[in-house]
Amino acid sequence: MIKHILKRLALLIPTLFGVITLVFLMIALAPGDPARIMLGERANAEQIAQLRAELGLDKPLIQQYGLYLSRVVRLDLGKSIATGQQIAREIADRFPATIELAWYAMIFATVVGMFLGVTSAIRRNTWVDYTTMGGALVGVSMPVFWLGLVLIMVFSVWLNLLPTGGRMNIRYYFTPITNFYVIDGILLWIREGTPKYLWSAIQHLLLPTIALGTIPLAIIARTTRSSMLEVLQQDYIKTARSAGIREKRVIYRYALKNALLPVITVIGLQFGLLLSGAILTETVFSWPGIGRWIYISIGARDYPAVQGGIIFISTFFVLINLAVDILYSVVNPKIRLQ
Amino acid sequence: MKSSETMDIPRIKEPTPLQETWYHLKKNKGAMTGLGIITMFVLMAIFAPIVSPRDPLAQQISERLTPMFTNGYIFGSDDLGRDMLSRLIYGARISMTIGVVSVGISLFFGIIIGVTSAYYGGTFDKIVMRLIDIMLAFPYILLTIVIVSLLGPSLTNAMVAIGISQVPRYARVVRASVLAEKESDYVLAEKALGAGNFELMFLTILPNCLSPTIVQATLGVGEAILNSAGLSFLGLGAQPPTPEWGLMIASSKQFITNAWWIVTLPGLAILLAVLGFNLFGDGLRDILDPKMRN
Repeated sequence: MIKHILKRLALLIPTLFGVITLVFLMIALAPGDPARIMLGERANAEQIAQLRAELGLDKPLIQQYGLYLSRVVRLDLGKSIATGQQIAREIADRFPATIELAWYAMIFATVVGMFLGVTSAIRRNTWVDYTTMGGALVGVSMPVFWLGLVLIMVFSVWLNLLPTGGRMNIRYYFTPITNFYVIDGILLWIREGTPKYLWSAIQHLLLPTIALGTIPLAIIARTTRSSMLEVLQQDYIKTARSAGIREKRVIYRYALKNALLPVITVIGLQFGLLLSGAILTETVFSWPGIGRWIYISIGARDYPAVQGGIIFISTFFVLINLAVDILYSVVNPKIRLQ
Repeated sequence: MKSSETMDIPRIKEPTPLQETWYHLKKNKGAMTGLGIITMFVLMAIFAPIVSPRDPLAQQISERLTPMFTNGYIFGSDDLGRDMLSRLIYGARISMTIGVVSVGISLFFGIIIGVTSAYYGGTFDKIVMRLIDIMLAFPYILLTIVIVSLLGPSLTNAMVAIGISQVPRYARVVRASVLAEKESDYVLAEKALGAGNFELMFLTILPNCLSPTIVQATLGVGEAILNSAGLSFLGLGAQPPTPEWGLMIASSKQFITNAWWIVTLPGLAILLAVLGFNLFGDGLRDILDPKMRN
């Protein structure tokens, strides 16, 4: 197992190296003069020359690459062209919003997805199974941003039940404490005695959570079902049943526990994908996270910001995959006992 | 006069793999539904100029935001008074092209990389697989964004970006099946008969490795349609006034309060098309993958 983990860790460095290289090439090979594109039509030659010098674009490509690598390794992602702020700072400010949304979307997807998966496995080939699996297939075939817009249209515009976007009622003059608004809401409830912040945070989270969670939910449901079906055919399940153990216990204690392995992998992979899927969901719900910030930076041609955002999310994605892989090898006795 | 024995034994024609697949496919309701949906969209794409009632780009400002089933607009009109039905039909043309072209790109490079890597093995295989692991470690939505940023935003570049970002997946699938086949007796026999490397790789081994690749490609078309819609939604794919489904959703989102159809219909079109490919792909997998066949 240790060998397996070390092998995965060794792969981490070339992977991150590859990510940084690709993202570096994004500016270096972009057609036209990136400094001119970033500053727009009205910039004069002096401003352009200054930005070129600032970004090191006047140096040879290899030297630029070396400089870029050494900066990124020191976690210096440069300054945003649009705001002049440190990009690392901008990311740190927005990351809690992205993580909060991804976290709740994942909980939603995991709980509902596993429940539906188990249910359709034990009721195989009944209408429950057909409806659930049909629904799951529709779920993976849907564009996320469209689902988000339809949810806004139904629940915010037509029924007027939930807000269309943002994280908190803007009239509340709310100063974040941890930047995780649900936690902040609880803290303020304790401190100020009013649950209104918590309530508002939850209301704002509801639709984006459903939109972002639908695809992973569908995938988790399908994986859980097929994994459960496989386990339920095993001899030890028959033994457990013939020993007169209650069906609920057989399903949830004996079968589900062993059906979880592939499900864990899928959950981890989906969590990583959620972060990149967040670009679309955050844009639709005006959710002030990293995804929407990357979207805005693309529109503003703020290349250093886009680079920084992509490096950050990819690194996170790679680390999550690594964590899942390690977790898998710890949980799976076939690898653990090697 | 023929002897009775030869008359009694009917000649059984062995079904070709295609016939066998079709035989199983016909019994699979999901796959047939998927095939029906795909056929519908393909026909719509081919005959778009004939079946669409109006010009998808013609604006009729006086008739903007016409609701469904009014004034001859079956699916209503959009914010510039363009016929939604015609735009949806032409959108099928674009999405089917995107699906086929980007999967074509992934297949082309994926097959070459997968086959050569598995066939030659050794250090070459190791290096290629490391590179592929690196590409797979990169979330593909971001990978397409990086590639499109490199090439500039346009529909063609979106297709290329989606195609390239999926190459590693195909390479892996192909490599795995080539590895399983390359030591088989029929390959050794061909080799003994003096077949060259190219012939062995692409004419002897590859045709026997296609099943998982075909499944992956079918599901891949649906995924490519979804991805390109996402890129267009972000402004990185098709540009206005192209009737691309994702772009249609993006440019209509401010009319969500008063014209539900211009947001909803293009999304339903994407959903239906992708669903078709997913149904058909899942059906094919059940048939072509003996492990999954019950």
